[in-house]
Amino acid sequence: MGARVMVVWCPDWPVVAALWEAGMPAESARRVPAAVLEKGRIGACSAAARETGVRRGMRKRDAQSGCPDLRLLDAAPDRDARAFEPILAAVEELRPGVAPLRPGLLALRSPGVFYGGDAHAGAVLAEQVVTAGAWDCRVGVADDLFTAEQAARRAAPQETEVVAPGGSAAYLAGLPVEVVDTQPDAGDLVSLLRRLGLRTLGDLAALPADAVGSRFGAYGAWLHRAVSGAGTGVGHLGARTPPPELAREQVFEPAVDNVEVLSFSIRRTADAFVAGLAHHGLAATEVRVEVETEDAPGVAVGRDWLHPRVFTAADLVDRLHWQLSGSTRGRGVPAGQRTGTQVGSPVTLVRFVPVVAVGEATHAEGLWGGSTDERVARGLAKVQGILGHDAVLVPVLQGGRGPADRQALVPYGERPVALRDRALPWPGRLPDPQPARVLAEPWPAAMVTGDGRPVVVDDRGAMSGVPGRFRTSAAEPWQPVAAWAGPWPVEESWWEEGGGSRLTRFQVVGVDGRAWLLALAGTEWWTEAGYD
Amino acid sequence: MTTAPDLDVLRERIRGMEQAGSRTGVELPTHPALAGLLRLRAGSSYAVDSLSLAALMMAGPSVEGSWTAVVGVGDLGAEAFASLGVDLDRTVLVPDPGESWLEVTAALVDVAPLVVLRPPPRVSEAAAAKLAARLRKRSAALVALGDWPRCEARLAVTGLRWTGPDHGAGHLAGRHVDLLVRRGAGPAREASLWIPADGSVRRDRTGEKVRPLLGEVG
Repeated sequence: MGARVMVVWCPDWPVVAALWEAGMPAESARRVPAAVLEKGRIGACSAAARETGVRRGMRKRDAQSGCPDLRLLDAAPDRDARAFEPILAAVEELRPGVAPLRPGLLALRSPGVFYGGDAHAGAVLAEQVVTAGAWDCRVGVADDLFTAEQAARRAAPQETEVVAPGGSAAYLAGLPVEVVDTQPDAGDLVSLLRRLGLRTLGDLAALPADAVGSRFGAYGAWLHRAVSGAGTGVGHLGARTPPPELAREQVFEPAVDNVEVLSFSIRRTADAFVAGLAHHGLAATEVRVEVETEDAPGVAVGRDWLHPRVFTAADLVDRLHWQLSGSTRGRGVPAGQRTGTQVGSPVTLVRFVPVVAVGEATHAEGLWGGSTDERVARGLAKVQGILGHDAVLVPVLQGGRGPADRQALVPYGERPVALRDRALPWPGRLPDPQPARVLAEPWPAAMVTGDGRPVVVDDRGAMSGVPGRFRTSAAEPWQPVAAWAGPWPVEESWWEEGGGSRLTRFQVVGVDGRAWLLALAGTEWWTEAGYD
Repeated sequence: MTTAPDLDVLRERIRGMEQAGSRTGVELPTHPALAGLLRLRAGSSYAVDSLSLAALMMAGPSVEGSWTAVVGVGDLGAEAFASLGVDLDRTVLVPDPGESWLEVTAALVDVAPLVVLRPPPRVSEAAAAKLAARLRKRSAALVALGDWPRCEARLAVTGLRWTGPDHGAGHLAGRHVDLLVRRGAGPAREASLWIPADGSVRRDRTGEKVRPLLGEVG
């Protein structure tokens, strides 16, 4: 029997972390119905919120209608990583070699042998984690990583679920296929399995391996191996210690103190690391990320990261990001003074060391998947290298009234945060079609009646005259109005300082056929957009 | 240690490179409303004078799952582009490339088979030739907003008729767009598009028949 794997799971971690950083004591945080929003939907919620019917994936307003005092928090992966750091440190005191899988989930080789059994070791560990401040933690022990994680997810709060040695396949067989939904790269596999009438992981395990591979893709094949008890991660037969020369490092001269910049510039090294392993037919499942800083030259601070499957270059960059976000807390910087992207001390070196690798045949998809996206990522990184990270943008749509409010530009590679919900009604929004040209800065425009008097709108929405001539900016010539629609009053704070002024919108078509969206604020006309 | 290669060897090599890079005949997916008017060919450049037309050109490859890129356009209306069929998840914008516009566009050609560029006022022949070579090599097409030297085709809006607004009542709804398509030295072609509010563009054959009756001579 190889080493047993112990997994510690802190449920609803994003919520715990958010309340924690908001300074709420654990005692009251436990009873607060709270949820973290991801892209306008509930990404995670607390047990108290779940009791009122809030579920993952719900829309914000549905959740709020079921639970009016729901406390909503923005998603922040950095915060999750930062808050998890003290938990990792607490577990490390008991047993070195702790490897986080992601914030809220960690694995280690079970210290059962020192404590007279896995259950006892689990109890000691749970006590340590609760002392560190996480009031809800669950422990699972099994022969392999996947089973241990599932066991932890089925354990009662602060309890340990132990799967007997050699009992993984029998344990998993009874679980419903829905448990796979907790895996980050499961996609819509669960709904596919359900539609085929496969209710439990046992049903899946009973299928022949080759049929699974062709029908459910590489992830399905991996899952099939996992549930058949073939082992998947730590202590798994195919796992081996990779040669140390496959480590890759990057020196930063001068030192870099911004996490975003680091994450961006480490990308090529991460690519080279994954490619170097692939060249030897390997893919890493455990990687040590080592960081040297200016404060302590020559002293590499490292952390081992586990991946439920295999590390891709993007995964490595994420782990570095989490590790650096976590370390700012470790340095005792008060919560209010952290900028979020600043590292405690400027980084001079980052090194990726493969700790455990498996043959690539086991994880073909990790190497082949998303090849187009990889190429795009490389190409866009090149443009970011020329102009800077923030110059390469991806447009996203969001809710809002004016055309400029309804879109946002997000730097490529970043997740959009705090977008307004498009599903809300947004009274005053423009009817379709939407303008193809939305000016970043409105142009000062002008509109007069046929006999040259300015057109204004009074408080009750009455116009001083019929639009006769207009110009879209001071540089453009005047032209007669061919058709117009409006006025549409909008109450909103405007782009000007001291906003909140009343705004009236008009659609105006010139005699050249081109249509414009003009806005009247007080007595001033502005061009907001063009129906180009 | 470099030896001067034989002139014939050099010529042979150049021919080989030209052949390797000459996948210019490859057609990119074209929006059905533009079918018959224009074929988007890899390696070619096109000039348009309206953002909506640029969005239509992007929609063809974008719907098929390709990435598209827009360079130098700081006033793009994302919602309109999406309604015309551009998949925003696979669209990348570089609004302000500044002096590096040529370098940036060349780099984006590696990523996206269709790149829309609002070029600076004066573009030298040399810059255009450099980009054209890159387009051929990467089997991509360029759509310039405004003028561009040596275009495969130029699309210009010659007439726009909106339906909807009526002295304050109603709102902009649909539009008839009259187009003039000029390709090289060949005869210009006229066509009309009907773009309703939901962005489902189609050819407006009625408009095309009516035009000669209006007495317009091109």
